[in-house]
This record gives sequence, structure tokens and C-alpha cells, in this order.
Amino acid sequence: MSVVEVKGVSKTFGRGGTVALQGIDLEIEAGEFVSLIGPSGCGKSTLLRIIGDLVKPSGGQIVVNGKSAHQARLDRDYGIVFQDPVLYDWRTVAKNIALPLEMLGWNRRKRAKRVQELMHLVELSGFDTHHPWQLSGGMQQRVSIARALSFSPALLLMDEPFGALDEMTRERMNMELLRIWQETGSTVVFVTHSIAEAVFLSTRAVVMSSRPGRIAEIVRIDLPQPRTAETREEPRYFELVTAVREALARTGADEIIEELVAGGEL
Amino acid sequence: MTAPTAVEPIPRGALARGVGRRVGDWLPALLVFAAGIAAWQWIFSPLAGRFLLPKPSAIGTALWDNRHVLWTAGWFTFKEAVGGFVIGSGAGIAAALVLARWRRLGGAVMPYAIAANAVPIIAFAPIMNAWFGVLNPHSKMAIAAVLCFFPVLVNTLRGLTSVRPESLELMRSYAASEVDVFRRVRIPSALPFLFTGLKVATVLAMIGAIVGDYFGGSIQALGVQIENSISLFDFPLGWAAIVVASAFGLAFYVAIGIAERLATAWHPSHARRTE
Repeated sequence: MSVVEVKGVSKTFGRGGTVALQGIDLEIEAGEFVSLIGPSGCGKSTLLRIIGDLVKPSGGQIVVNGKSAHQARLDRDYGIVFQDPVLYDWRTVAKNIALPLEMLGWNRRKRAKRVQELMHLVELSGFDTHHPWQLSGGMQQRVSIARALSFSPALLLMDEPFGALDEMTRERMNMELLRIWQETGSTVVFVTHSIAEAVFLSTRAVVMSSRPGRIAEIVRIDLPQPRTAETREEPRYFELVTAVREALARTGADEIIEELVAGGEL
Repeated sequence: MTAPTAVEPIPRGALARGVGRRVGDWLPALLVFAAGIAAWQWIFSPLAGRFLLPKPSAIGTALWDNRHVLWTAGWFTFKEAVGGFVIGSGAGIAAALVLARWRRLGGAVMPYAIAANAVPIIAFAPIMNAWFGVLNPHSKMAIAAVLCFFPVLVNTLRGLTSVRPESLELMRSYAASEVDVFRRVRIPSALPFLFTGLKVATVLAMIGAIVGDYFGGSIQALGVQIENSISLFDFPLGWAAIVVASAFGLAFYVAIGIAERLATAWHPSHARRTE
């Protein structure tokens, strides 16, 4: 069963302005880990926000869990993680994680129990009463992930969640995310601009081109599960990294040709 | 997983210990204060003449001799100031909430609020006296309230509307109601801004109440006491009344400062990193 269906979606910003997305068709099955990768300005974050009904598409249709994206948002069918952890400084770590549960009307005891489970899941046990600014960037992002998972949504939308982290922390967070993905069995849509990250994490990498944002190619990542640190050393991993890089390069080539045409050189 | 590094939360009693540790830091300021009083007592006051600039010792004597009258007068005017502060700040906060909720209205109204903020509103003092009665404390409250209104409005509104877009997107992803967005995001993140406005307002409220008294008021009011002593050439008493006014103003400011610490105890600026 597909969790997300994107049919002919387009998005234009402003009055007759920039075309951010054009003719996007994408189906995401339950349990998939799909990365959206592409040059900046290809509309990958916009596409993610359209799936989450945070941005309205200019055309086309979105179905999430068999209903409209709008209804899915109202039903709290997805959890979202941004590049910035977006934690509230006035809340402790535990209360930040419990925020969606409070809004869903869970009682205090149920909330506390769930928060403990999640703190354990993201390996932050013992940090309940800390405030977000007392944590490192990687720890803050783990709180943000725990918050997104708190109400067990079947769909997780992630917008470059590890983009601001250093390489070491990012690789560790990738491992943790895979572990969480496998433990929870959720479907993940993951925006990134890192080829290595997209290949290592995904079951499919959706390569997008810019101006206008379009799906250029979809690379199936057939690396065996579960993935480990050794996965990054397998020949197949390098082949897939090369495949995604070349797909991206082809979108870049288009761009260069367009610019040459515009410049009157071709 | 590496050992997590984190900053400890402030333990209880840390505030008191912090103050204790910083007594040494205050020494230079105390020395400057003592030197200033000494220079006033033995240099400036003799130069200016005791009428125009009474010695601190004379002011101290006047303060002690008239302590009951001055305390009563100070308390009377302080109540005027607090009343005006509550009304003006309350209205400012309410207006900020309305303008933050209906942004288009805010866009239409704010230029005037900002312009009004630059008007020397104290000039309206005689008009307020005329409206509400010279002897009625309500006229002084009205002046204080009008003075408090704009800084509180402008600061609170800035706080309510300077929420990061992702914070709002997150609330939207939870299908949060407008009330939820205000209660859980906008209002908490506006608190530091609100208190900045309130602290300015404490000072303005005292100014409003005292200046209102200058244009006529109850004989019990501090501003009237200052006026009368000066016109009777009792300068030490006038200065003593000013000392009382300053003390009440300072206490008011500190009280709001403490309320701020309590309300925004979570704020990073209030904790000292222990790493």
C-alpha cells in the first residue's frame, strides 16, 4: 500500500513567478526510506512541505494514507523534523518531546511513560530536566526526532535533519536513524544534499533537477539491510554513490546547457 | 555513543551564591558612590551654596525628620504609579495580542503606535488632570497608564511576531489551533520582550505619577511635596522627597526584574555554563 502518492504536482511561487516544481509524480510504499536529493533550489524541501500540507501545491494532487494531505495533517498522520531542531527553550527536554502528546490530550502519566521510552530510543535517558540550549547540536536533533516519533506516526518527514552537524556526528546520527527506522517500521521521506547520506540510508534515492524542480531519475538502493558501518566500504555502495552522483551531474549538465543557450553561445 | 557533554542546570541557591561571589566585583562601584557623595558633601555643595545644592548630610537629616510624611507621600504616589502601570501595561499587552492575531489590523495600526511612542506624552499631563480631576489619583494613573502603554505594546508585539517560521510550521504539522499557537509558542517566546517593555514602563509610571502631581494634586502626593518644599526654599526636604521617589522607582524596577527572572528562569541568559 502506498503511504504517499504525489500526482502531477507543481508549485509556482508568487504571481507568475518562479516555477519551483513541475510535473512531480512519486509513489512511496509503506516501510520505504526515500531520499530527495538535488541541487539547492530544486524544490526538494518544498515537495516535502507539500506532502506535509505545510505548503499548498499550485497544481496536482497529494494522497497521504489514502486521504488528502490536508486531512492527513489534521489527523496528525506524520511527524516532521527540520534542519533546525526547533526546540522550545522554555521547555525541558522531556517537555519538548511531550509537546505533541499534550496537544493530543494524553494524560500526564501516559505522557511521562512514553517520554521515557523515547528518551531511551534516542539514547538521551537522564537528560529529562535539561533545557535544549544545554545540549550539543546532535543531541538537540535527537530530541527533535524523539518528538516527531512521540505519537508513533506511520510517516516521518525529514528536511535535511543532519545538515548542520559535523561529518562524524552526522554518520553516527545516520546509524541511529536507521536503527529507529527499523525498530518503528515507519516510512521516511528524507531531504538531503549529501550523496553519501542518501545512498547509505535510503531504499530509493529520488534525484531532482532544478529550474524547474523535476524528478530526473530514481535510483533504487539495493544494499542489504540492516546497514552497518561496513556498508560504506562495500563495492556496491561505491557503485551506487557513483550512480547518484552521475544522475546529479546530468541534471547539472542540463543547467549548463540552458545557461549557454541563454548566453547565445549555443 | 560518546559521553554526552552538556551544561548543568543552575542548582538551587546558586543565585545567592553568585551574588556573594560578586560582592568583590561591586567594590569599584561602591567606591565611586562613596567618592561621589564625598565630593558632593565637601566640594560641590560648598561651591554651589547650601540652598541650591544641599549637602547630603542635610538631605539625610531632612529625610529622617520627615520620614513619616515622606513615606506616606511616597506610598501614595507609588500606588498611583502602580495603578497606571497595571492599566497601561495590561492594555498594551491586550492590544499586542489582538494586533499579533490579526496581522492586517496590526499593519494598519502599528505605524501610528510607533509614531505615538515618539510623542512626548507627558505633555498631556495637564489634560489628564482636567479630565479626571486634579485631586483625584485617577488623573495621575491615567498619565502613567498612557506612558506605559506604547513601550509595552511595541515590545510585546515584536516578541509575539518574531517567532521563527519553523516553530509555526511545527505547530501547523500538529494541526494546532490559533489558541495553541499563542499559548505554547508566541506568548512564551514573547516573555523576554514583554519584560523589557515592563521594565521601561516602571520608570515611566513613576515619572508620569510625579510629573502629574507637579500640575496639581493631593497634598499627600510626593510630587506635590517636592513642589511645595522647593517653592518654600526647603531644598533639603525637596531633595529628600526626590530620594524617596528614586527609592520607590528602584524598588518597582527591581520587583519587575525579579518577576522576570522567575517567569523566564528557562532563558539561557540566566544560567552560567559550568564547563
